[in-house]
Amino acid sequence: MMEALNAGLALLLLALAAWTIVGRDAFAAVAGFVAYGLLLTLAWVQLSGVDVALTEAAIGGGLTGALLIGAVARLRDTEAAARAERPKALTRTLAALVAGAVTVALAISILALPDPAPTLAPDVAANIGATGVGNPITAVLLAFRAMDTLLEAIVLVFALIGVWSLAPDRAWGGRPGPLHLADPNGILAYIARVLPPIGIIVGMYIFWAGADHPGGKFQGATILAAMWLLVMMAGLTDAPPISRAWLRIGLVAGPLVFIAIGLAGAVAAGAFLAYPDGYAKPLIIVIELALMPTLALILALLLVGAPQRAGER
Amino acid sequence: MSVALDLLSIVAVVAGAFFFLAGTVGLLRFPDTFTRLHALTKADNLGLGLVVLGLLPHVGSALAGLKLIVIWLLVLLSGAVASQLIARATRQRDPDA
Repeated sequence: MMEALNAGLALLLLALAAWTIVGRDAFAAVAGFVAYGLLLTLAWVQLSGVDVALTEAAIGGGLTGALLIGAVARLRDTEAAARAERPKALTRTLAALVAGAVTVALAISILALPDPAPTLAPDVAANIGATGVGNPITAVLLAFRAMDTLLEAIVLVFALIGVWSLAPDRAWGGRPGPLHLADPNGILAYIARVLPPIGIIVGMYIFWAGADHPGGKFQGATILAAMWLLVMMAGLTDAPPISRAWLRIGLVAGPLVFIAIGLAGAVAAGAFLAYPDGYAKPLIIVIELALMPTLALILALLLVGAPQRAGER
Repeated sequence: MSVALDLLSIVAVVAGAFFFLAGTVGLLRFPDTFTRLHALTKADNLGLGLVVLGLLPHVGSALAGLKLIVIWLLVLLSGAVASQLIARATRQRDPDA
C-alpha cells in the first residue's frame, strides 16, 4: 500500500519536474514548480527528514515560489518576444547533449557510492550530548558545522545587497518595492489584521521547538517574514527606506553576534566557533535568537525587491 | 467503543476523500473561474474537515488534536480569503463574467 503511494509520489514529482522544464509559458512553469516543492515536502516526510520538509515547504515552495511569481510578472512584457525566439537546431542539440551528459554523470556517481554510504551520523549521535540540544539537525547546523551556517547567513546578506544594487541612483536609500494601495476595508486588509498574531506565535513556536524537535530559526523566520510581507501588501504599512539605521543594524546583527561568539570560542575553547564545555546550549540559543530577526528581515526584503521610490532624506 | 471510533474514522476519511475528488473533478471540468472556486472550497472546507474529524480519535494527546483543528481553521480562513481575492481579480479584469 505504502509502496504504491510512494511510487505515485515519485511519478508525480518526475512529471511535474518535466512540466516545469518543458513549459513555454513562464507562469505555468512557476505554478508547476510550486506544486513540485509541496510534493517534495511530502517526499521528505516519507524519508523521515521532517526538518528538510519544513524548510522545503517554507523556502523551496513558498518563498522561492513567490520570488519566481514576481519575476514572471516583471518579465511579462518581454515574454512574447522570448517565446517567438527559437534557437537553432545545433544549439538545441548541444544543449540536449550537455544536459544528458550531466544527468548520466550524476547517475553514475550516485550508483557508484559504496553501500552503505559513508556517513558521520554515528559520530553525531555519539557526541550530541555535548551540545545540549536534542535535535541532531540543530546540533549539526550550530555546533558540528557551525561554519556552514555562518557563511549561509552572510551569503543571504550579500544576496540582499545584490538586489538593492539594482536600484536606480535617484531611488538609492529610498523605499523598496511598489506602493501597495489596497482597500482598507477589503478582504486582504482583513486577513493582514487577523493572521499576523497567529503567524507570529507559530513562527516563534517553530523556532523554539527547533532545539529538540524539527523546526528552527530558518523556518520560523520565513513565517515571520511572510507575516510582514502580508501586512505590507495589504497596504497597512510601507516597506522601510533602506537607509534606516535600525534596518541596517538588524541586517548585520545576526552574523556579527555569530562571528563574535566564534572569536570568543577561539580564545576560550581553542578553535574558531568552538564552544567552551557546558556553554554550548546557551551560546547556541544566543546565536539562534540573534540570527532569527536578521533572517526574517532579509527574507522579507529579498521579496520586496530593489528600492524604487526616492526616500525622504 | 474502539470499533465504533474506527468505523467513524473510516467513514469520515472516506467521505473527506470523496469531497477532495469531487472538488478536483469540478476544478478540471467547470467552465469558468467562479464555478471552479465553488468546487474547490468544498474540497478545502468539507474534505479537510472530515479528514481531520476522522483522525481525531487516533491522536495521542489533546494538544495534537487541538493542533489538527487549528490547522483546519487556518485552511478555512486562508481558503476563504484566497477565493475572495481570486474572484475579485477576475471581476475587475472581466466585469461581465
